Amino acid sequence: MMKHLLSMDQLSSADIVTILDTAESLRSVTDRPIKKLPTLRGRTVCNLFYEASTRTRISFELAAKRLSADVINFSADSKSSVAKGESFKDTAWTLEAMGVDAIIVRHGSSGAPHQLSQWVKASVLNAGDGQHEHPTQALLDLYSMREHFKDLEGLKVAIVGDVLHSRVARSNVKGLVTMGADVILIGPPTLIPPQAATWGARIGYDLDEVLEEIDVCYLLRVQKERQSEQLFPSLREYAALWGLDSRRLARMKPEVLVMHPGPMNRGVEIGADVSESPRSIILDQVANGLAVRMSLLYLMLGGRSEDGEVFE
Amino acid sequence: MSRYLLRGGRVIDPASGVDERRDLLIEEGVVASTGATLDEAGAEVIDVAGAVVAPGLVDLHTHVREPGREDEETIASASAAAAAGGYTAICTMPNTDPIADSAAIVEKVWALGREAGLVEVVAAGALSKGQRGEKMADIGEMVRSVARVRLFTDDGHGVQNSLFARRVMEYLVTFDAIYAEHCEDEALAAGGMMHEGERSMALGMRGIPSEAEELMAARDIALAKLTGCRLHLLHISTAGTAEIVRRARAEGVRVTAEATPHHFSLTDAELESYDPNAKVNPPLRTEEDRAAIVGALADGTIDAIATDHAPHALEEKDVEFQYAPPGMVGLETSLALTLTELVHPGHISLTRAIELLSVGPSRILGLPQGGPLTSGDPAHVVVFDPDGEWTVDPARLRSLCKNTPFVGRKLRGRVLHTFFAGRLTVRDGVVLAGELV
Ligand SMILES: [Zn+2]
Repeated sequence: MMKHLLSMDQLSSADIVTILDTAESLRSVTDRPIKKLPTLRGRTVCNLFYEASTRTRISFELAAKRLSADVINFSADSKSSVAKGESFKDTAWTLEAMGVDAIIVRHGSSGAPHQLSQWVKASVLNAGDGQHEHPTQALLDLYSMREHFKDLEGLKVAIVGDVLHSRVARSNVKGLVTMGADVILIGPPTLIPPQAATWGARIGYDLDEVLEEIDVCYLLRVQKERQSEQLFPSLREYAALWGLDSRRLARMKPEVLVMHPGPMNRGVEIGADVSESPRSIILDQVANGLAVRMSLLYLMLGGRSEDGEVFE
Repeated sequence: MSRYLLRGGRVIDPASGVDERRDLLIEEGVVASTGATLDEAGAEVIDVAGAVVAPGLVDLHTHVREPGREDEETIASASAAAAAGGYTAICTMPNTDPIADSAAIVEKVWALGREAGLVEVVAAGALSKGQRGEKMADIGEMVRSVARVRLFTDDGHGVQNSLFARRVMEYLVTFDAIYAEHCEDEALAAGGMMHEGERSMALGMRGIPSEAEELMAARDIALAKLTGCRLHLLHISTAGTAEIVRRARAEGVRVTAEATPHHFSLTDAELESYDPNAKVNPPLRTEEDRAAIVGALADGTIDAIATDHAPHALEEKDVEFQYAPPGMVGLETSLALTLTELVHPGHISLTRAIELLSVGPSRILGLPQGGPLTSGDPAHVVVFDPDGEWTVDPARLRSLCKNTPFVGRKLRGRVLHTFFAGRLTVRDGVVLAGELV
């Protein structure tokens, strides 16, 4: 397995299958009374978060602890770090000097994990960088889709909304295309520039046109703070054209999956009733995140998944 | 003052149409004589067989950081870097702290340049007070100062207000001075960190579209036509801008243009490593743009290769890509990049390279640096080995800052000696600073 996970570009379909299969085996651990494996005993994992994201940080923390690793949380909200005057590189070197084995990094600047991986000997896991990538989100999304559809190949997945600013979209498109899925990006051109076509996805502007054909409807979060950038006229108009409400849900295939990386804006990209419908697997996504992150730490830091007898 | 006889070099002097093996005798600051085989007559003989002897290089676009950030680059350190790169004149950009928008500042820059004594330091003045694009800087006073400012620019920013641009152009006509534009529509470019295109989309970085440059280039050309002002477009970087300039020149508009070594050598592929040293403004563009810039350098659309030498301290560049300031140093690599990327692959001739690095920029500024190198002319001379290989090593750069994406690159073309007004400033690649002042 690779040393760092910076981008979904690094993963072949075989790699993805290994990660998802390992996650599936590890998931059974979470059903046991004692939910711990000794695999990473004596190893130290650092959560280096320059952006507040409680859910991702907790998911990684729990994943590392379930594998018996020691966990350090270093929440360096970029403002306070700038105020203190310690640079990103100095922080990296400090962690290196402490002998951490892996750094899980969330950063507002695209490419920060790439830079970090050049400065330290530890493994670097990208937990979301700027508008670039969020590979563990994509892997847990692939895992969640695979739970429902045996084969990802040929699966029709619509990703709806702000692709331009979304690291979730970038990682998901790459992962889905690698697995042979048929990806359609839906939204206005202000949010889906034509260059996205080079990713191997189709582009469409009309959600209603694809409702009947898709197997998965993946809704991206509308970032309300971008409203000042004039990307669309109003949240009301966005909801009317690209929001998934129960009327649209009713037109979709009965086995369709509704997904969202969270946190949701109910009433904007997703209707409240849709998010709670049986077609929504949004909470499964959260649960699956833990298994996928355990799998990655396991494969990157300690595990030997090839020889079979690994989980005892 | 010493006498030097440059023996056996290939003299390429575009201004006199010379390209032949001949000797050059330098005496009293001028070229005393040239000829197939000159008599030593007591001169120190420097054997330059196999090397090119050419008019000294001129950089239209140098950011020194004095006054204000002397930790990053002083006029003396920039002069040393320039001499090492084969330059005999540099035009310093006005975005210092304070900004060079008055006679007092440009005179200070000029005086510090004299004191360093390694190259002619030509101070550019700001177009507007504080480079804010609102009120005219003290243009006439700078023209009439001892610094004799002839090029004005708000470089670092484009002039956003078209009416202000028009008024300044009209006013500059008084002095036949040059309006030099950093073409960037700031609303279109806002927040951009690299060229907008497939790569910025893939890397998740906000892009700067080519149109941000092209719109302002087209506007300025229209205004230059309207006002009759001399217009110079700084660091043009896109295929579209090259075409806009080409058409304007065919129409007879008084417009000149420069391009940087990084824009003809590199593309936005460099950004895939998120190396902050590849962050520059205007950004590295696509392969198509790079090729178009090479074409425009070759066909005469672009008049000058200019470095946009922009030193930044290590602690400012060694940060997250997003937070790094744009810019790279370039004085010591420009000749070698021109030879490696343009001459050796056959895109341009050696003569054209010297036109772009010396004759063209020298004419724009009205300097004697670009030759001719005939008897009685001032001896601004560079001697270089067009094939000499070297590897860019930050430790060996004279600039106080080492921010260049070319670190580790093997280049072909090495400066051997530089003469500034008949004095050796660089000998065998070593800057002779200190012996001169
Ligand atoms: Zn500029």
